[in-house]
Formats: sequence, C-alpha cells, structure tokens
Amino acid sequence: MSLRYLVGAVALAALPFGAAMADDDIAPCDGCAKAMTVVSWGGAYQKSQQKAYSEPYAALTGTTFTWDESSNEAVAKLRAQNEAGNVTWDLVDVEGPDSQRLCDEGLAMPIDFDKDLAPGNDGSTPTADFGDSLINECFIPQIVFSTTFGYRTDVAEWNGAVPTSLCDIFDLETFPGKRSLEKRPKKNLEWALLCDGVSKDDLYDVLSTPEGVERALNKLGTIRDQVVWWSAGAETPQLLADKEVVMGSTYNGRLFSVIEEQHQPVAMLWDWEIFDFDGWIVPNNLPDDRKARVMNFLRFATDTQRLADQAKWIAYGPARNSSQPLVGKHADLGIEMAPHMPTNPENRKNYLVNNIEWWADNQDEVEAKFQAWLAK
Amino acid sequence: MGRASRKGTSLMTDTTAGRVPPSGPMLAADGRPLKASLNRAMRAQKIRAFLLVAPLLVFVLVTFILPIGDMLFRSVENEIVPQTLPTTVEALQDWDPQTDALPGEPVFAALHDDLTVAVEAKTSTRLGQRLNYEYSGFSSLMRGVARELKKMDPAGPFKEQFIAADKKWSEPAVWQTLKLFSGSYTSGYLLNALDMQLTVDGIKVKPAQDRIYVSLFLRTMVMSLGVTFFCLLLGYPIAYLLTSLPLRTSNLILILVLLPFWTSLLVRTAAWKVLLQQQGVINDLLVWIGIIDDANRLVMINNATGTTIAMTHILLPFMILPLFSVMKGIPPSYMRAAKSLGASDWTAFWRVYFPQSIPGVGAGAILCFILAVGYYITPELVGGTSGVFISNRIAYHISTSLNWGLAAALATLLLIVVLALYWTYDRIVGIDNVKLG
Repeated sequence: MSLRYLVGAVALAALPFGAAMADDDIAPCDGCAKAMTVVSWGGAYQKSQQKAYSEPYAALTGTTFTWDESSNEAVAKLRAQNEAGNVTWDLVDVEGPDSQRLCDEGLAMPIDFDKDLAPGNDGSTPTADFGDSLINECFIPQIVFSTTFGYRTDVAEWNGAVPTSLCDIFDLETFPGKRSLEKRPKKNLEWALLCDGVSKDDLYDVLSTPEGVERALNKLGTIRDQVVWWSAGAETPQLLADKEVVMGSTYNGRLFSVIEEQHQPVAMLWDWEIFDFDGWIVPNNLPDDRKARVMNFLRFATDTQRLADQAKWIAYGPARNSSQPLVGKHADLGIEMAPHMPTNPENRKNYLVNNIEWWADNQDEVEAKFQAWLAK
Repeated sequence: MGRASRKGTSLMTDTTAGRVPPSGPMLAADGRPLKASLNRAMRAQKIRAFLLVAPLLVFVLVTFILPIGDMLFRSVENEIVPQTLPTTVEALQDWDPQTDALPGEPVFAALHDDLTVAVEAKTSTRLGQRLNYEYSGFSSLMRGVARELKKMDPAGPFKEQFIAADKKWSEPAVWQTLKLFSGSYTSGYLLNALDMQLTVDGIKVKPAQDRIYVSLFLRTMVMSLGVTFFCLLLGYPIAYLLTSLPLRTSNLILILVLLPFWTSLLVRTAAWKVLLQQQGVINDLLVWIGIIDDANRLVMINNATGTTIAMTHILLPFMILPLFSVMKGIPPSYMRAAKSLGASDWTAFWRVYFPQSIPGVGAGAILCFILAVGYYITPELVGGTSGVFISNRIAYHISTSLNWGLAAALATLLLIVVLALYWTYDRIVGIDNVKLG
C-alpha cells in the first residue's frame, strides 16, 4: 500500500520536470486517445504490470486503462474481432507462440524496434538490448519465464534425499509419490526424451519421427499411474500445498509465490527448465489516435527501468539485457529478486528454449497422439 | 388462406342454393363483403400477435440461430484453399493424384503467382495451418516458402526452384493433400471428428494411436446418462419428501435445494476438490475412523468418479424441481384409495403413484442429460484424463489450437447425436408425456 503512494509521489514529483524530461522519459502525445484497453492474464502477473507500467504512466499522462483478462484466448478472440471488423483491444499480452501466429496472420502490427522503442539506458539500441528475445517482427518482449519443477521438502518416504536433476521426476524408487504434469504434450515430451538418453541437439530430430513420439510417451508411461495432469498454471502450487503431489511442473513465478510468499515447504529444481517469452503485440489497423497512444505507452513501458521494475512484483526476468543489473528487491517481501530470476546464470545451467517453429508444425498430430495415449 | 377461401366459396354456394335472392356475396354491416371484412380483422390480429413476439424472434435469430448456423457451417467450409490459391487449384484440375508423378511446370508457375499475392496479403500461413490439419509439415512449408519466394527467379522455371527451396515440394503427398482439399467445401473436418481421414484411396479409419473422438463421444454419452441416473436416484426421494412434508418444512428444504443455484459453479467445483482429493476431507475422515489406512487413500478425483460426483451435485436441482412440481399435482387420496382397496405400501407406490410421476421424471431426465452432455468446466477441473467430455476438446480447438473447423464439426456431431436421442426418446416415451409443472 505504502509503495503505491510512493510510486504516486515519485510520479507527482516528476511532473514539474515533465517538460524538461519529455525527450528521454515520456514523449508528448498529440492527438492521442485518452483511454486504452489492455489485455493480460489477470492475477499477480497483471498486477505487476499495473504497478510497473500503467499506474506510473497514468499518473504522468492521465490515460485511463481498462484491463481485460483474456490473454489465455487472445488469438481466438482477436481473430473473431477481426472477422467482425471491430477490434476493441489496443494492446495484448501474449506468449511467444501466440505472437507468431498473430504476426503470421497479419493480426498484429509489425514494429520498427529501433524507432518505436526506447534505447537501453547504456545507450544500446533496442534490437541489441532485447537480443534473442525478439522472436518476430511484431512481438515486443517483456519477460522471460520458465517452466520448471517444484518439490516438497518434507516427504518422509524420500529418507532425506531431494531431487537434483530433472530425471528424478522419472525415478519412482528414490522419490515415490504423485507428480503433476501439464495435460499437453509440449514440454513433457522433451523432458521425457532428455531423460531417456536423447541429447539436447538431437531432441527435435528424434521427436520428428513417429518412433520418437512413441519413445517419449513410453517414458512418460513409466510414471503415468503417479501423474496428476493439470491444465491451469495455478494447479501445481495448490496441489503441492495440499500435499496432493510431491513434485510438479509449473511456471517459475508461481513456485516463487508458494515458496517465498506462502512459506510452504517447497523448493525449486532448476534443471532443464524450458524458457518462454511473454510480451506485447499491437493489433493491426488501429485508428490513428488509439495507435498513437499505444505506441507512446509502449515506448515508456518497455524501457530499461520499467522492465526492471516489474521484477519487484513477480519472479520473471526482464527481457532487456540492460535491465538485469537494475533488478532489485521484492516490493513487499524485501528479498533480492535476482537469484529467483530464470535469467540468473546460476539457474540456467541446463535449459531449453520453447521451439515455436517445431510445435507450430507438429502440434496437431502430436496433440492427437498424446490425447489418445492419455485416454487409454 | 387458400383453404379458407375455398371453404368460403362452398359456404356461399350452399347459401345461394338454400336462399332465394342470389344477390352476390354476403355483406357486413358496413357494406363490405363479410369474407373480406373478417379476413381483415383476422389479419390485424395476426400482425399484432406477430409484432408482440417479433422482438423475441429477432433476438433469438440474431444472438442464437445466426451465430450457431455460422459456426456449424464452418465444419464444411473450405473457402480458404480455393481463395488463396485460385490459379493453382485450377491448374491442378488435370493432375491425377493417384499417380506418383509430380504435377507439371504450369502448376508450379500458378503456385508461384498465387503465393506472391498470398504472402503480400499475409494469408499464406493461415493456409499452411489449414492444410497442416490434414498433413503435418504444411505449416512450416508455407512459412518457409514465404521467405524463399522473393529470392526466386520470376522468369522460371519454378518446379526446380520450389524443390530447391524445400524438397518437400517433390513429395507427391503434399500435392495429393492440396488437390484433395482444394474444393470450397470439405468433408475433412467431419471425417476427422469421426477419427477418419480422406486419402487418395478414399475414406480411411485413422490408425489406433490417433483415434480419440469416437471414444470421447461414447464416454460423454455414457457418463451423462450415469449422471442423469444418479440425479434421479437422489432427487426422487427428496422431491417426494418435499410434497409430503408440511409447507414450512418443505419450503426450507426447497431453499436448500435452490441454494446451489445461487453459488458460482466454479466455487462448487472447487469445493468438491477440497472434499474429494486424497488429502481431502472425506479421505481424512475415513482414515481417522479407520475404514481405510493412510497408505491406501481413495482416488475420487481427477477421474470419472470425480466428474460424476461433482456433476450429479450440480445438476440435482434440475431433476428435483420438475419432479416436485409434477408430484405436487398428484392427489394424496389416490394412494389412500389404493391402500384401502388392499394394496401394500409398495404396490400402491409402484402401481398408482409412480406412473403419475413419470412426466416429471421425463422432464428432469431430459433436462439433466442435455445439460450434462454439454458440460465443460466441471470435467476440466475434476475430470483428470478419464473424466473429460467432448466439450473439453471443442473448447480446446476453439481457443487453443484454433482449429475452428474441427471444433464446429465436433459440435455439429454432438448436436446431431443429441437430436437423435431426443427423437428416440420421443418415439419411446413420447414428448407429450413430459411435464415441467
């Protein structure tokens, strides 16, 4: 609460300098719409965006924000809005694969990164500063998140052992108990093959053959009786807290909140976590006034400081390199956030990056095989 | 109208035959022909009646029939292929997909022209997605060709250039898929929804490890029937109790029955999770009493049991209310009469009371079953893998995989199955026998 006032106070204090700072902090916006509809995921993540981006921006410019928690089905809804010829969204938060689809279909606007975004505070161009996270021409990255495993630290049957590698998930002898996995083939198949002796380089070559998919499913089959399948990211933290499972996969930010905010006896396993990017896209063909407002907001909300600020409220790593050194302490808990970031070198010894291209091609077929396997 | 006027004429000839002066048609008080005057009055009444229902009609049409019709139409619609590749589709007319030979240079040239337009309009990847449903790999083929197209020599020859860009273009299967799905309408989605596929050799059943939908349809039907049955089993005694108790007590129970209606569906489902899970209230209680031991806790959630229990609870009011309103109308004197004539309690109930409550049973069962067949959020949350319904796959294809054609095909089949069951029910029980009150 006090922080909100603090942010407000800082924003107010900045106002008199507004004219002087206009060039590097916030560009004047002529003929811009007064309101914006932003689409995000709801929950703690949306709150972190409001705290770090929209509240400071609203304090500076007086723009009113409407939040729509529809990111989960953003592509479907944006496609429908486009077919109906009435796009009501101004800015949409999506994951990497969805941004690719929206960009491919011309539903998202291409961005000129070096012109539309602010340079890094170290003077680097946005293209260099965002680096690998610029996965297509429409996607403005905000965060790096990872899908990884959490486990309970108080399981009596383990006799003091704790999982140290991903493959302990498949070890029912040493680590008996239920595990939770996502009810989708993506990520599970990769993990299964890695633990079945396939190397990182060969992973997608193996997975591209029908035998490879079969092999991955067989590996998953060895623990199948002990798996609880989840479909929403909040389920694994809940299952862990209720002792329903002893280990499970979910997004690292969710585990952070179970461990540090709810103080459950849970720990994180940083091994072969799978990286994903989350960021903004701007719907194509917005009216000029709305587009001007969105671009003005984007320039502000994706600069070095603002991206680092978001990490005060959630354990996801900023997508800009220049933001990394600015990651500070959690706003309410007061703990250092850097060690909890998926981008922290300590946490990324073995990792995979979500292979958007491969999954775009094989999703339908592999999904059908996986669902048939689950139903058996 | 036609029949009415004919009747009018025959009536007229009767009267003219019976009476003396044949002085033309019968007149009303204002001098107009009686028939026209009557028709006018009737028409005004009809228009008024129509105007009264018109808002509802328009509302239903705009918000229900049209969107659903549009959605169902997507299950056969395939405009995207002929629209994106018009000249290629035409050039492919003469190519025989049965042969293993590749189509000739004119087809490749047409493809080059079509794709140049499509890449500009950003429709090529969407086309790739559409064809990827039938042949995995089309998605990347289209995305790849969009990048390579600019580098190609516009003078040709294109066949070599396409194959050099991606050797997939030399696979006959790619062209067979393109040819098979080049029409404006397709059976592809509906076949997929039935675990079948269209190939050059005709319609084939998919290999066993790819079949999911038929068994899901069956499971949806069987589990919905199960839920309906349990609702009846639990609801019948409660409805009976409601009619036989004094008004004050029965009102209280009725409120308890209705109470779940005022609670969010999600909250109720989440509550079942707390109760049913392995470390949940019910298991804890059973372990504490000593009925089961700690190592063998019951698995009652994330499977078909969880779905059945949670859905039975949620749908129970839809069974109790029609039962209650029908039972209220059965005079208690019938049972007394049966008993005074020597029937035992059971005979009186089974031979006299139960047959009279059948219309309520029918109404409740139909309501429960049709609601259950379309359920989606409860199975998703408590169904695990063995307790999910066909609606969960429809939702997946609508919002995640974005295969709207397949979602529409599944929805169409579900609608057909439900209508068929409704028709069978009407044949066996008779829909006139269903009463909501």
